Amino acid sequence: MVPRRRRGDHPTPRDYVRIAIVLGLITAAEVAVYYIEGARGFLVPLLFLFSFLKFTLVVLWFMHLKFDSRTYSRFFVMGLAGAITLYVIVLLSFGVFGR
Amino acid sequence: MAEVALEEHGAHAETSTGLPHPKLAMWLFLASDCLLFGALISTYVLYRGRSLQGPFPQEVFDIPYTSVSSFVLLASSLTMALAVNAISRGEEDRMRVWLLTTAMLGTVFIGGQVYEFTTFYREHGLSLSTNLFGSSFYVLTGFHGAHVTLGILMLLSLVGISVAGRFPTADHHMPVELVGLYWHFVDIVWIVIFTVVYLIPAPLPPGA
Repeated sequence: MVPRRRRGDHPTPRDYVRIAIVLGLITAAEVAVYYIEGARGFLVPLLFLFSFLKFTLVVLWFMHLKFDSRTYSRFFVMGLAGAITLYVIVLLSFGVFGR
Repeated sequence: MAEVALEEHGAHAETSTGLPHPKLAMWLFLASDCLLFGALISTYVLYRGRSLQGPFPQEVFDIPYTSVSSFVLLASSLTMALAVNAISRGEEDRMRVWLLTTAMLGTVFIGGQVYEFTTFYREHGLSLSTNLFGSSFYVLTGFHGAHVTLGILMLLSLVGISVAGRFPTADHHMPVELVGLYWHFVDIVWIVIFTVVYLIPAPLPPGA
């Protein structure tokens, strides 16, 4: 379903539509999982997985990081990884994950 | 020869990095915005389930309604990508149509957020100062809404500039691409907010 293109290629409008359909399907799956009683046990990891997939697809395809210079990726990943590290440490220090 | 080589790698001959600096600056800005939203999302997570009095998230959230808002914002990312694609092929008229569609979808999202906030306040009495949930929820989603509103203004400005034929540089593609990056960033922030705030159930405090 996800089109195959490499760095330096240019995605076509058809590629974008296919990515949008995949994003829509993942969102539908997220909402469906929320209502399934049997999925309560692994709801949080499943929701994080769906969220991660959507985030990655938008960043790689719509924001063009898959095709652009790696320097942009480094800039963004630096900020993102810095933010995640910082706030995970903050939340750990407040004992949020042990509640 | 050197120009041909640069062209092949999508590089800019006139900058020291070989990359367009406005785009580099936009990525740096987005990286810094990760820290801002990281702080707001962490604050929400920190306060989850710590409100001593209601209303609590489970009582006010309308998941089907917010899911539709999420679909609308995802659709706006598609139309934004199509706008950038159109201008990269020199189709300025088509770009304007996609930019206006993106702005319209953004406005629908913001309208939905205003309706949601109004419902929470009027029907559930949830204000910014009611409890920890109200404070952290309104600040987080309000900041996101402000980003979307700013994005809509930028989209409409681009359409106005294009209609007036006043793009600051001969390269019409770059301003549209920069606004596109900002718009998609707002979308990925919502992807995280939708999961963390709306879908992951918050624990109820003891006795609630």
